[in-house]
Amino acid sequence: MTATAQALLEVEHLTMRFGGLIAVGELTFTAYRSEITALIGPNGAGKTTVFNCITGFYKPTEGRIGLVHGSESLWDELDTLTAYGNRKLARADGTLFLLERMPDYLVAQDARVARTFQNIRLFSGMTVLENLLVAQHNPLMLASGYTLLGVLGLGGYARSERAAIDKARHWIERIGLADRADDPAGALPYGAQRRLEIARAMCTDPVLLCLDEPAAGLNPRESAELNALILSIRDESTTSVLLIEHDMSVVMEISDHVVVLDYGVKIADGPPEMVRNDQKVIAAYLGVADEEVAAAEAEVGL
Amino acid sequence: MRALPSRPAGPTYRVEFDRALKDAAIAGLIALGLFLPLIGLRTTQDIRNELTLETRWPLLFTMVGLVIAGSLINSFVITPWRAYRQEKPRTPSTAAAQFRHEFLRYFIPLAIGFVAVYPMLSLWLAGMQGSVKWVDNFGIQILIYVMLGLGLNIVVGLAGLLDLGYVAFYAVGAYSFALLAEHFGLSFFTLLPLAGILATFWGVLLGFPVLRLRGDYLAIVTLAFGEIIRLVLINWVPVTNGYAGISGIPRPTFFGIPFNASDEGFAATFGIPFHPVHRAIFLYYIILALVLLTALVTVRLRRLPIGRAWEALREDEIACRSLGINTTNTKLTAFAIGAMFGGFAGSFFAARQGFISPESFTFHESATIVAIVVLGGMGSQIGVAIAAVAMIGGTEILRELDFLKALFGNEFDPTQYRMLLFGLGMVMIMVWKPRGLIGTRQPSVVLAERKAISGTLVKEGRG
Repeated sequence: MTATAQALLEVEHLTMRFGGLIAVGELTFTAYRSEITALIGPNGAGKTTVFNCITGFYKPTEGRIGLVHGSESLWDELDTLTAYGNRKLARADGTLFLLERMPDYLVAQDARVARTFQNIRLFSGMTVLENLLVAQHNPLMLASGYTLLGVLGLGGYARSERAAIDKARHWIERIGLADRADDPAGALPYGAQRRLEIARAMCTDPVLLCLDEPAAGLNPRESAELNALILSIRDESTTSVLLIEHDMSVVMEISDHVVVLDYGVKIADGPPEMVRNDQKVIAAYLGVADEEVAAAEAEVGL
Repeated sequence: MRALPSRPAGPTYRVEFDRALKDAAIAGLIALGLFLPLIGLRTTQDIRNELTLETRWPLLFTMVGLVIAGSLINSFVITPWRAYRQEKPRTPSTAAAQFRHEFLRYFIPLAIGFVAVYPMLSLWLAGMQGSVKWVDNFGIQILIYVMLGLGLNIVVGLAGLLDLGYVAFYAVGAYSFALLAEHFGLSFFTLLPLAGILATFWGVLLGFPVLRLRGDYLAIVTLAFGEIIRLVLINWVPVTNGYAGISGIPRPTFFGIPFNASDEGFAATFGIPFHPVHRAIFLYYIILALVLLTALVTVRLRRLPIGRAWEALREDEIACRSLGINTTNTKLTAFAIGAMFGGFAGSFFAARQGFISPESFTFHESATIVAIVVLGGMGSQIGVAIAAVAMIGGTEILRELDFLKALFGNEFDPTQYRMLLFGLGMVMIMVWKPRGLIGTRQPSVVLAERKAISGTLVKEGRG
């Protein structure tokens, strides 16, 4: 976290209850622009629930999730917007969104938050190329005059489609699937499906990319390739990354900022080196017996 | 494990003679036991209303003989042949593959060419009187179902929403046309788009409440919607005339020239003798044009973002929402466009029949259309067209099998076996081609090479 870092996403007092179970309680954290923020924690800590709240799949029981496109100064309007009851505040220098007020598809379409899923959700019967074109649905829909002009072959839809295909081709090459572009997504090997899901999310031009355990089930080589891909997304585009991960090597290697959850409560927040040495984190992950801690510390490389 | 021994050159399968005979005898005995009460004995009422027992030995023994013959054929021919096939796996012959490829390439233009000249062909082969049946009962009837199949294919095949009440939109189209023509005297070509718009409206109206439902629940509610429309048509007598239906619906005219025997009629205007086949051929070309329009629009829609969104919705709705696709609107457009084509088909149906009643819009029709879509291969337009030809043409052709009466006696009516054959056909298709006749999906866009996608990867959608 550098001094110049600008907040992109602010989660405040986020609480999600399922009946009597508090999946996430009073969670507050910030994700910064052009950074990779990792959300880690043991199984059942509520990480995916936080993702589902941010991307609009769940309505949080309490709390506020703000996201800004453009100027930092929009954060000053956060309380005004909250009191006003609107979903977003658009100004000439940017837009402030309150994600908890938006339905899931608008979070993706307007607020430009894209996500992947823990259990891969590709369109398995559609080709790699088609998957990436579906991700560009909204701009293409506009170009086809909401289908009306497109059916008649008017309005320059063909040009927009070519541009969309070019963009898809760029991502297909970037994830190394150039020779499999016309194969169905369901026929790809597991690692390629993970990469394709990230590429598909990137085709929506997100400002925030939420990756739910992207390295799950990958072998060390694939995992290293994935790290390179995520780093290149941070460095070469304007997209920031929010990451849920179990694989500590991934988290420690690529993230700029780590938030640790345990039983739905934040127990640590800071740069990776700091979190790695935090006693509460070590206890949460590894239990408290001294010899276990020592063994695990050796594993993590302490 | 040792290396596998090389395969012997000749067939290794040997028919066991004793066993084959034993199997045949057992099959024969079981058949005899089963058929004795079913076929061998028959009760009839005589003139005094008393039941008398009648025996039919020749028929019984013919049936048992058939079963024994079948068992012997299985033992001596089919089983050895299958064993032989298993030993010598079929290598795909390049000539056959080449032929298949060429055939598929030319199939669509050939099929369209054939349906375009079909009325002429039937005139030439069956004469004027004979062709009325071939053009009307076969050609027009099949094309109406092709159109309905293509319309429902958008909802069921592409968007993966199982709609069991599609006939409702067919009915809305038909009644819109009939009522508007009766009360406002508008012509077929004015009312055709209007009927389509009204059906679209009803499609959206149905779509709204059921969008939150998925899978089986969606199917049940659409089924109920179909029934509601039919019951309204029956009970709203002041408007729809109830069971009696609406008659005297104006027929489509040839640029204002009616097809009748009058002096202003088509025949008189062109100086040819009047014949009903003129109208049949005219109607045939109208529905052909409508079918081609439907097919063309569907092909285009599949390549537009909306079509891809439908298919993506069928594959994974949650992923669609995560990509910013408004799934509510996407489902509604599928319902609306599907309903529009149903409405077109309905208004054509009313214009062709000249009479409609709620009897034409029963659940049976919906089931037939769904069966056409499923049989054809969900999402495949060629499959739907072939399935419509097979199912509707098949049932019509049963009427032509009168010669079977010579074989089975005078009371034999082949059309009575329609449902039996229909069910048998469905079971066989589902065993051999579980994804329908065309079980593969064609990608809507390609980068380098067009490859068909195996049906096992394509999801069927759960609403």
